[in-house]
Amino acid sequence: MSMTATAGHAHADPHHIGLVIEHPGPASKRIVTAYGFWVFLLSDIVMFSCFFAAYAVLVHQTADGPKGSEIFEQRNVAIETVCLLLSSFTCGMASIAADVRNRFWFYLGMTVTCVLGLIFLVIEFREFADLVARGYGPSRSAFLSSFFSLVGCHGLHVSAGVLWLLTMMAQVFAKGFRADVLRRMMCFALFWHALDIIWVGVFSVVYLLGSAV
Amino acid sequence: MLGKLDWSAIPFDQPIPLVAGGVVLVAILGVLAWVVVRGHLPYLWHEWITSVDHKRIGVMYILLASVMLLRGGSDAIMMRIQQAVAYQSQGYLPPEHYNQIFSAHGTIMIFFVAMPFVIGLMNLVVPLQLGVRDVAFPTLNSVGFWLTATGALLVNLSLVIGEFARTGWLAFPPLSGLSYSPGVGVDYYAWSLQISGVGTLVAGINLVTTVLKLRTKGMNYLRMPMFCWTTLASNLLIVAAFPILTATLAMLLLDRYLGFHFFTNEAGGNVMMFMNLIWAWGHPEVYILVLPAFGIFSEVVSTFSGKALFGYRSMVLATMAICVISFMVWLHHFFTMGAGPDVNAIFGIASMIIAVPTGVKIYNWLFTMYGGRIRFATPMLWAVGFMVTFIIGGLTGVLVAVPPADFMLHNSMFLVAHFHNVIIGGVLFGAFAGFEYWFPKAFGFRLDERWGKAAFWFTFVGFYVTFMPLYIAGMLGMTRRLQHYDVAAWRPWMFVAAFGMAVLSVGVICQIMQLVVSIRNREALRDRTGDPWDGRSLEWATSSPPPVFNFAFNPDVRGEDAYWDMKAKAQQQSLEHDEPEYQDIEMPRNSPTGFVCAFFATIMGFALIWHIWWMVMVGGVGAFATFVVFAWRDHDEYVIPAAEVARIDRVNLEERRSLVSMAGAV
Ligand code: HEM
Ligand SMILES: [Cu+2]
Repeated sequence: MSMTATAGHAHADPHHIGLVIEHPGPASKRIVTAYGFWVFLLSDIVMFSCFFAAYAVLVHQTADGPKGSEIFEQRNVAIETVCLLLSSFTCGMASIAADVRNRFWFYLGMTVTCVLGLIFLVIEFREFADLVARGYGPSRSAFLSSFFSLVGCHGLHVSAGVLWLLTMMAQVFAKGFRADVLRRMMCFALFWHALDIIWVGVFSVVYLLGSAV
Repeated sequence: MLGKLDWSAIPFDQPIPLVAGGVVLVAILGVLAWVVVRGHLPYLWHEWITSVDHKRIGVMYILLASVMLLRGGSDAIMMRIQQAVAYQSQGYLPPEHYNQIFSAHGTIMIFFVAMPFVIGLMNLVVPLQLGVRDVAFPTLNSVGFWLTATGALLVNLSLVIGEFARTGWLAFPPLSGLSYSPGVGVDYYAWSLQISGVGTLVAGINLVTTVLKLRTKGMNYLRMPMFCWTTLASNLLIVAAFPILTATLAMLLLDRYLGFHFFTNEAGGNVMMFMNLIWAWGHPEVYILVLPAFGIFSEVVSTFSGKALFGYRSMVLATMAICVISFMVWLHHFFTMGAGPDVNAIFGIASMIIAVPTGVKIYNWLFTMYGGRIRFATPMLWAVGFMVTFIIGGLTGVLVAVPPADFMLHNSMFLVAHFHNVIIGGVLFGAFAGFEYWFPKAFGFRLDERWGKAAFWFTFVGFYVTFMPLYIAGMLGMTRRLQHYDVAAWRPWMFVAAFGMAVLSVGVICQIMQLVVSIRNREALRDRTGDPWDGRSLEWATSSPPPVFNFAFNPDVRGEDAYWDMKAKAQQQSLEHDEPEYQDIEMPRNSPTGFVCAFFATIMGFALIWHIWWMVMVGGVGAFATFVVFAWRDHDEYVIPAAEVARIDRVNLEERRSLVSMAGAV
């Protein structure tokens, strides 16, 4: 074949300085998938940064409505945080179980993750509903608009994560630990952990700093 | 039941959009009928619509861009005529219609012409240049394309059902807020960009991963063709910038749909935040567009000068420098909005710094040509025309990057001339150069040179006659987006510009003629060698058009200008070698996922625009179901047996041997 055959004789590349490592060729599917998903996560984080920035710009624009310190309930937020951090741990357990192809621990890990995620969502939903009921909905002030959008965007991601999680469990049930299912599981785990990291940001910027405002 | 949609949405009283819409509808129905009657539907479905082959998807992107270029171009013609006649009169367009036209024109040209054109070329060429079989995520690639098509479809729908935004192509609030734009125009704008933006992001992720992770054996970073480098830079910018656009439009939509207060005048909303966000995306966007064009010119200039690219490493460095700096200058788009002298000075200087790496590139191209054996084929004409034109655009860019000067020139026709200068002279010329250069690779026959050259000259001259007068009008104080005016001094320049537009249109017609004539004469123009331009990079190492799998073997690269080296060596050595052992090749299977997703996205977008909530649900659930079904598939690959690979490759090799021995005999 032309390429391999005609170029088959090594010759000195003028730029080859010895240190340069020869590129071995296309990466494996697993690496390509994980890499692509990482790039997606980075772009997702950029999107979150915009909502963070909007929050930072608008945090004082309360239009005579409530300030952060008047509406945030630290106890709820603490529970939410614990749930999410724990769920990251159980998600990690599920990933390991998937890697060693242990169905029982996989299902257990995923179920606990799912339950913790749902608890998180319920608490968040109650917080939102309560605020709206008191007349502090997102259209009350620019501050509240940015608060609802940032926290709500994270909540939407968690909801999508729960849907994805259930799909993963169904896939393992129906197809077993096939290579492509395992690749998807790896992406799901990355996604779930990334949500955790973003929550740490939300927790610090919105609830901790916001309570001081 | 139908939300805000009723018969008043169709502009029965306005003949122009209705007639235009009617003509388009008849054309579409005509093509559909022809396809069905001639029995081409299965072919289209199996070979194109559901194809996940990066070459096919690239071609479809370019087709979409070309069709939309005609649409955006007719808007431009209408605007130039209006400004030529609207001296001390209303002209022939009612004001709100004129406002829709310039908004649609800008939106279409950036999002549905320039973007799909460069993404299409990158899709078509980059995997070939990297010596690999496809992009990283083939099915996702198809999803990305079809979502872009959805966006384009929605914009065109606004022509007959409802209206388009009257806010300019960036929809600045508070004008784009609900109180000043209560109609569906801004919603059309925002949803079509949201949907096609997802498509663009997907394409960006795909190409970044492809370049970083899929290169063939031996293709070290510093051996990648320049076009791969600029593709990498451009797609990194997409991944970093498009989420900003998504977030910004989401905020605008929340304001409009749910009464949020991000950008409103009341309740603490902040309009300047929109400016910052939209330009934090918008400035990188212009480099997303122009960097691939730089890459195309690098390939073209070195091929048609018969020399390796001069200063390859400085070119790489300049590319990555532009990639980084372009994120630090966004504020120059609103110098006049009260940021203060310090901020303006810093951003002014940062903006001018971009001219340095750009200058490096220009010199490198010139030195590549210097002492080379230059062939002025059509792609090379576009490249040289670009260099001249882009220098003017860059210089006027530096001029408006000087804050005091910008206070005079901001929002004037001078600005309009500047950005058309860089976008037409840079991006569009680049797209045309790439189109002429790679067409034989995609279709297996060359384009007619005489029509190609005519197209170049008419476009080139037409461009200057159209846009140079706008610089002058701008300096005479004419502001942009004027529906009509009373200043006599501007009028002659508007006439000249309108005349230039006519010349430019002849260029476009020549390009269409070129396509028609070339398709007619395709047997005579057939490219049997796979290497019609005596090219230097790997895309020329395979047949034209390439087999689905691109390469029977992943090439082994030993230096820059991989294919050039191979050819040189093949001439020195005898051409006899043993037949290698062919192996089965696994390729991704075709999939309707992209098309079906886009179908539901279209339904959902349309329903959102018109507040038809049940239909939104249908679209959303449909799209989700498509994903689940796709995730459930069991076989996403098929195998091309070794014997078939061998058969295809032998034909290719035979042609190539005869080429090399002929070249050796000269
Ligand atoms: C040396 C390089 C460049 C410099 C210093 C520069 C500078 C500027 C400045 C300062 C503005 C804002 C002017 C105003 O609003 O008053 C501007 C506008 C613009 N530039 Fe450039 N530019 C450069 C290259 C480019 C390139 C390469 C492109 C496109 C490929 C481009 C596209 C645009 C567009 C589209 C606008 C107008 C946006 C709008 O307001 O609608 N520029 N440029
Ligand atoms: Cu800019």
